[in-house]
Amino acid sequence: MAENYFEVLRSGINTTFQDNGRKNYYHIGIPFSGAMDNRNFVIANAISNNKKNSPVIEFALQGPKLRYKGDKVYFNVTGDVNFQILRKNKIEEGVCYQNLVLENNDCLDLISTNRSVYGYLSINASFKIDFYLDSYSVNTKAEIGANNGKILQKNQIIKIENITKKYSLNKLDYINSKIENIRVIKGPHFDYFSKTAKELFFKEKFRITKLTDRMGIRLDGPKIENIKYTNIKSEGLVKGTIQITADGDPIVMLSDHGTIGGYPKIGVVISADYDKLVQIPPGSKIKFKEINLKDAETIYKLYEMETRNLISKIK
Amino acid sequence: MIKNISNLGDAALYCDFGNDVNREINLNVIQFFKNIKKSNIPGITNITPSYNKLIISFDLSITSFDKIKTEVEQLNFKNEIVNEGNLIKIPVCCDNDFALDIKRLEKLLNLEKEEIYKKFFSKKYYCYMTGFIAGMPFLGDLDGSLHARRLDTPRVKVPKNSIGLTEQFCNIYTFESPGGWNIIGKTPLDIFDNKNNTSPNLINPGDTISFFQISKSEFEKKYG
Repeated sequence: MAENYFEVLRSGINTTFQDNGRKNYYHIGIPFSGAMDNRNFVIANAISNNKKNSPVIEFALQGPKLRYKGDKVYFNVTGDVNFQILRKNKIEEGVCYQNLVLENNDCLDLISTNRSVYGYLSINASFKIDFYLDSYSVNTKAEIGANNGKILQKNQIIKIENITKKYSLNKLDYINSKIENIRVIKGPHFDYFSKTAKELFFKEKFRITKLTDRMGIRLDGPKIENIKYTNIKSEGLVKGTIQITADGDPIVMLSDHGTIGGYPKIGVVISADYDKLVQIPPGSKIKFKEINLKDAETIYKLYEMETRNLISKIK
Repeated sequence: MIKNISNLGDAALYCDFGNDVNREINLNVIQFFKNIKKSNIPGITNITPSYNKLIISFDLSITSFDKIKTEVEQLNFKNEIVNEGNLIKIPVCCDNDFALDIKRLEKLLNLEKEEIYKKFFSKKYYCYMTGFIAGMPFLGDLDGSLHARRLDTPRVKVPKNSIGLTEQFCNIYTFESPGGWNIIGKTPLDIFDNKNNTSPNLINPGDTISFFQISKSEFEKKYG
């Protein structure tokens, strides 16, 4: 066949191309971006036998509906995703974490994520998309990356090339575990807050509000009282930083965050809990738990080892 | 120089150069930023200079806080004078359609708009940092009579290329974005060029900026 492509029948919510993100551009205002849930991104590429940093399609809550045109291609979906494949005259229920096939005119309907936020679609081929500043990752704020820096649009075409002819029934048994406790290292402005506020921060639950996207999570809960300055001279941020706004509400910086900010930093989410944090859907409650740097480093090593183990179990 | 290095989470260093905002401290930060960039320490993924802090992010799967801290402390920097940066001239149109907050400033500063613009255009500004949104420069310092607080309620959408003032600083909104600075005009220049794949930023930390006024017809002809 001359050309292989997806036709976007429904764009889904915040559907973007993402890879590992871009490094070394914070100083000009460009954040990492990249797949929000790195573990599910890495697993998707491993099941596809793709290179580690190949771009995938990331979607949030509701995924896209795509019609496929072209030669037979294999794909897999990771995350906790409810999806179907519509073939000639039958509907097949999708199973995550395994290679499945799409043939000419088949339709892939990524209906929704279950009690989670992000899902990933990887193909045993490559998307024909543009690279900008060392990455394919779409950053909609700076309008950079693949797809002219935009989310997927209804009726657009996604061209596909380099289809792998060899099929391997790669499969992984994996269930995404959910967490409620998010471990946090105290930030440089921890002592800007009252004794009661510091206790409340690690004792009470906070609700993830709908004002949550790839840039950040806005939380709702007890007000965190600032006894020093509610604004600081703007300074750099990293993903996972928890700032307290002048109103006393925590906001957590995520992968597309503004690179500098002027609110005091009460803490930073540990690297090992980041993938799980971003998957907690709006409306859920979370609790912060204090942890020290050494323990956070050990937990990260374990988390990485666990990811490597999962990849070695793909067969 | 650096007064203290602490950790920001488990994957970044927080280098503190003090609490004051001035050119001298900021030049130190920028110098440090450039030197670390040159040193190519393995595992560093981002370096973010700001007024008086430098944040160094690293890949926790390759290195750790203690390792990077030691390496940063051991770097033997020569006390070279920092390159003063480029002088960049930015045209600004102050038509009422673009100067969204000029009336508010007249009241707040107790100055006629002609005086506000005269004072604004007569100074050169230093770029302390760029960021928040891609390419946005934080410039200073404004004449003491132009210091105004932010809007009480930030705008949901500040138009792209607007020039804003707050306290001793001014900036350029490189993209349409939420924001609370007092808007006094608009430039036809793209400060962040997202088609440029090598150096998309027109203004970098350490540069000097001079603004000059253009008419609406010049603006419409995409001045320059």
